Amino acid sequence: MCGIVGLLVKKPELRPRLGEWMVPMLKEMAARGPESAGLAVFTAPLADAERKYSLHAPDWGYDWGAFEGEFIKRFGPEAQLGVLGNHAILTCDESASVVKPWVRHAFPELHVLAAGRAMDIYKDTGNPVDVADRYRFAGLEGSHLVGHTRMATESAVTPDRAHPFTAGEDFCLVHNGTISNPFMIRRKLEHRGIEFDTDNDTEAACRYLAWRMGEGDTLEAALAHGFEELDGFYTFLIGTGNKLALVRDAFACKPAVVAETDEYVAIASEFRSLAHLPGVDDAKLFEPMPEEVYSWSV
Amino acid sequence: MERVAARAAANGELTFDLGQRTVRDLNQFLHHDLPDSGVRHVEVLHPGGRHAIAAGVNHPVDIDVRGHGGYYLAGMNKFATVTVHGNVGWGVAENMMSGVVRVKGFASESAGASGHGGTLIIEGDASLRCGISMKGIDIVVGGSIGNYSAFMAQAGHLLVCGDAGHALGDSLYEAVIYVRGRIRSLGADARIEEMTDVDHAKVRELLDRAGFAGEPEEFKRVASARQLYHWNADANQEY
Repeated sequence: MCGIVGLLVKKPELRPRLGEWMVPMLKEMAARGPESAGLAVFTAPLADAERKYSLHAPDWGYDWGAFEGEFIKRFGPEAQLGVLGNHAILTCDESASVVKPWVRHAFPELHVLAAGRAMDIYKDTGNPVDVADRYRFAGLEGSHLVGHTRMATESAVTPDRAHPFTAGEDFCLVHNGTISNPFMIRRKLEHRGIEFDTDNDTEAACRYLAWRMGEGDTLEAALAHGFEELDGFYTFLIGTGNKLALVRDAFACKPAVVAETDEYVAIASEFRSLAHLPGVDDAKLFEPMPEEVYSWSV
Repeated sequence: MERVAARAAANGELTFDLGQRTVRDLNQFLHHDLPDSGVRHVEVLHPGGRHAIAAGVNHPVDIDVRGHGGYYLAGMNKFATVTVHGNVGWGVAENMMSGVVRVKGFASESAGASGHGGTLIIEGDASLRCGISMKGIDIVVGGSIGNYSAFMAQAGHLLVCGDAGHALGDSLYEAVIYVRGRIRSLGADARIEEMTDVDHAKVRELLDRAGFAGEPEEFKRVASARQLYHWNADANQEY
């Protein structure tokens, strides 16, 4: 069991409320996944040449000053670092193909959780209620987000194996279910030079879909390929720079429910997660059908 | 709890606000205190999608749930009449023994699973696996049902006013299914059979019980071909 939540606000003036509306959703799903939680929030995108990177350090009191000093020494003083405990968001004008190898080499204890122009990621072990408070999720602003509460089945309980998983830029996925052939997928992708961070089954699905899109598929076409190649049970919720997408496998034994109003689209594993949302009594409520792709754009 | 019951007994009405109190409070009242309380009608407010609302009731009482319920609402129901003025999550009225459960909205997966008796009425759609392993319950769905419905259904009736999904009635035993709309596909050993006078009368009676419009002639009968009842070594594992 795991819990998924997603929220997209349709009006720009509601973006400051994104985190505030979402936190009760995530906390209500804590019982479905009490051991880790994570969230990807999509903000207004940076300028074309700029990038931001979500970084994760092994401990709360990490010396980010040393990292910032070395980064500026190497790449110049334009970089900015926003720190929250063991997480930091680095904003700079260097591409992922430069930053990721440099971080891996110079600061091997750090983990690059996300890269892109819009996406920030926070994820950690611990009860989702505590994780939400620890990273001040209620104060997050943006157009849309995806969140997850984890009950592990396929790999260890560590921060890097919490969801969301990312691949490429501004692309992430959360998953309720189990992929049965992650190593087959992984062998196929590693053969093509795609690197993996963990042994987690969801990461295999995430990198598979990102690979398909890199091959020219739309998100919808990538998911259709996934119906053929990803063996297992899943409800996937995917976030991109301007979109949320939701899909369930053919057996649809992992739940999801959607509430849509003029103000928002809200997605969760169970309705109780949505019950507090303003106007939910008059929302259009439905459950996604198996093997149908549902997507909403900002 | 005694104080609540005593206060309510005067007019036989009791209101439970799940915005203020827990499902456990509600169910403890329904299980233990209801029979001697004089309460004949319980209103449940602000259900908020919580699980197991009014599960395990074993007493004749009318219960109205004003909003959306979670999983296993009215599960194991015996004697009670439960009406949900909203949608329900997985396993509504699962293993019901008797009584009536009516859902005004839609029902998620496994509605009426393994139900032994009573009537489950869903005015909207029911999701996948509706009536899975049903054992005598009658399920009447105003809308459509999802894939794998009535899997291994043993006894009772499933009437669907809309369409049915894939693999309807896979590995059916003696439950009978009536479908008005399109059937996307039948499961192993399920087949469409001629409607008899007995079927027409049964459909009429089920529609009337649910309060749904319709004519028995519009429905198809799906029942077991009974080819899986005995092991067939020549089938080569293909059914």
